[in-house]
Amino acid sequence: MTTDTNPIAIAAITSVSAAGMPRHHFAIFAALFVFLIAAPFLLYPIFVMKVLCFALFACAFNLLLGYGGLLSFGHAAYFGMASYVSAHAAKVWGLTPELAIIAGTLVAAVLGLAIGSLAIRRHGIYFAMVTLAFAQMIYFFSLQAAFTGGEDGIQAVPRGHLFGLIDLRSSEVLYFFVLAIFFAGILLIYRIIHSPFGQVLKAIRENEPRAISLGYRVNRYKLAVFVLSATLAGVAGATKAIVFQLASLTDVYWTMSGEVVLMTLLGGMGTVFGPIVGAAVIVTMQNYLATFGDWVTIGQGIIFVVAVLLFREGIVGVLAKWIRKPL
Amino acid sequence: MFELLGIPPQVLFGQLLLGLINGSFYAVLSLGLAVIFGLLNIINFTHGAQYMLGAFGAWMLLNYLGVGYWWAVFIVPPIVGVTGIVLERVLIRRLYHLDHLYGLLLTFGLALIIVGFFRQFFGVSGLPYPPPPLLTGGHNLGFMYLPNSRAWVIVASLIVCLATWFIIEKTRLGAYLRAATENPVMVGAFGINVPLLVTLTYGFGVALAGFAGVLAAPIYAVNPNMGADLIIVVFAVVVIGGMGSILGSILTGFGLGLIEGLTRVFYPEGSAVVIFVIMALVLLVKPAGLFGRSV
Repeated sequence: MTTDTNPIAIAAITSVSAAGMPRHHFAIFAALFVFLIAAPFLLYPIFVMKVLCFALFACAFNLLLGYGGLLSFGHAAYFGMASYVSAHAAKVWGLTPELAIIAGTLVAAVLGLAIGSLAIRRHGIYFAMVTLAFAQMIYFFSLQAAFTGGEDGIQAVPRGHLFGLIDLRSSEVLYFFVLAIFFAGILLIYRIIHSPFGQVLKAIRENEPRAISLGYRVNRYKLAVFVLSATLAGVAGATKAIVFQLASLTDVYWTMSGEVVLMTLLGGMGTVFGPIVGAAVIVTMQNYLATFGDWVTIGQGIIFVVAVLLFREGIVGVLAKWIRKPL
Repeated sequence: MFELLGIPPQVLFGQLLLGLINGSFYAVLSLGLAVIFGLLNIINFTHGAQYMLGAFGAWMLLNYLGVGYWWAVFIVPPIVGVTGIVLERVLIRRLYHLDHLYGLLLTFGLALIIVGFFRQFFGVSGLPYPPPPLLTGGHNLGFMYLPNSRAWVIVASLIVCLATWFIIEKTRLGAYLRAATENPVMVGAFGINVPLLVTLTYGFGVALAGFAGVLAAPIYAVNPNMGADLIIVVFAVVVIGGMGSILGSILTGFGLGLIEGLTRVFYPEGSAVVIFVIMALVLLVKPAGLFGRSV
């Protein structure tokens, strides 16, 4: 999947701030930071944390789809499995929340390495089907394994004390912990995208045979970005388990994989900020339509169809075209 | 009575029969996917929803119009096929010039809409579909009891699979189809209406899904979610078999159904994942799939 903008060429003519980041990106990050600092006092903190977790999940997914050009239809596997492991670590092993999240993340990374090394053997839609099938296998495993609690999931996960010191039971305190994870995550993704590694990824996305002929070991790059994406999706899932004190089958089911595709598509694949916007829109929609039952599913389907047919650049992609700068 | 590895033969053959039934559905559904993929180059994610439409079609005919199962077998697949033709003409057609992944995303969205509507109006508890009198009862084969309904599913899907193979490999229409798969521009230059061929092919693939749905109605409960999980397994079947060959799809479908049945006898916990494990092995050994051409 390709985007029409050419980030490299445009970045060359864009003014660059002291941090080595184009000025308008720096401004957006700063505005986002200020807004998110104020958000828990304006909005319901749990809701904003949900948005943050899904935004990080979508950004991790976008790293793979938007920059690696690989459509994984099974990212729920890493999100959900990390969420299970983190919940189990916090509840049964009694680990502190940051260690629980690290445990979940590590498992997601290993899972990403295992599935990724198999999935990159196929291209295009086969890649999508393979990742989807493996994610379904993880779902069946979660359904049967003892530690996941089957249909009940892992409930009443303690939020615990951060570093054994700071009590996270208050949602306001927890919020700033989640905010820190979120920002660390998206800044890392931003750094990956704009690193030499990220440029090679874009080259592979645009023209794989050419990248091979230039001497790049394409499969290693693909596997690396797959593992990075799975790992960061794991961070999001593990954090979500601590926030909601719950890990359930929903997080590992294929509908979750579809949702993260939808968030990225709607916000704009291959844009830095698109997945954040997409996640915010979809989570808000789910919250407001929650009482209407299956209309949420129908609404998501309609957004999918409209976005694919009319709106392939996504919200942020369209904005980027207007201001003629990559976002 | 003889026993095989400590398993009574009734259990073994019973599970093998169940496996063959699952395999019938895998074969018909993966065949439809392969036919559609060959010409349209999209993976039809709506396939599971269209299978569900087939089952609901039969249920609606019976409950709203009093039309029985045997009529439904012939009436419902064309109707489901026509809904597919409408989708292709109105929506899917617009994406042919784009990356194939957009086709996957579009059909995924369509599946969400269709399944969502049926869940909203029919609930998720499942509606019973009484089997017709001819399919109740069964025969005792000596080593096992063979219910008529199951024998019918296997025979019917074998007939449909072989008929599809015959049409595609042995008739003039099938020759056009295979030619258009190889090189649509050239076939169009010979004066064959390729867009129409594409539309009809999509309709045919969807009708196959609808047919599978009608077959499933008396066996499984008619449920809006019945296609969703099944279609993911069928995707794995397609990855294992590769979509290059019609007979390959059929063989892979039935074969994997049997393997699943055997797993249910010897290691029940693994029966849900055995197909995915086989997929992993195939990806390691022969990434293009057993019958596939390398992609």
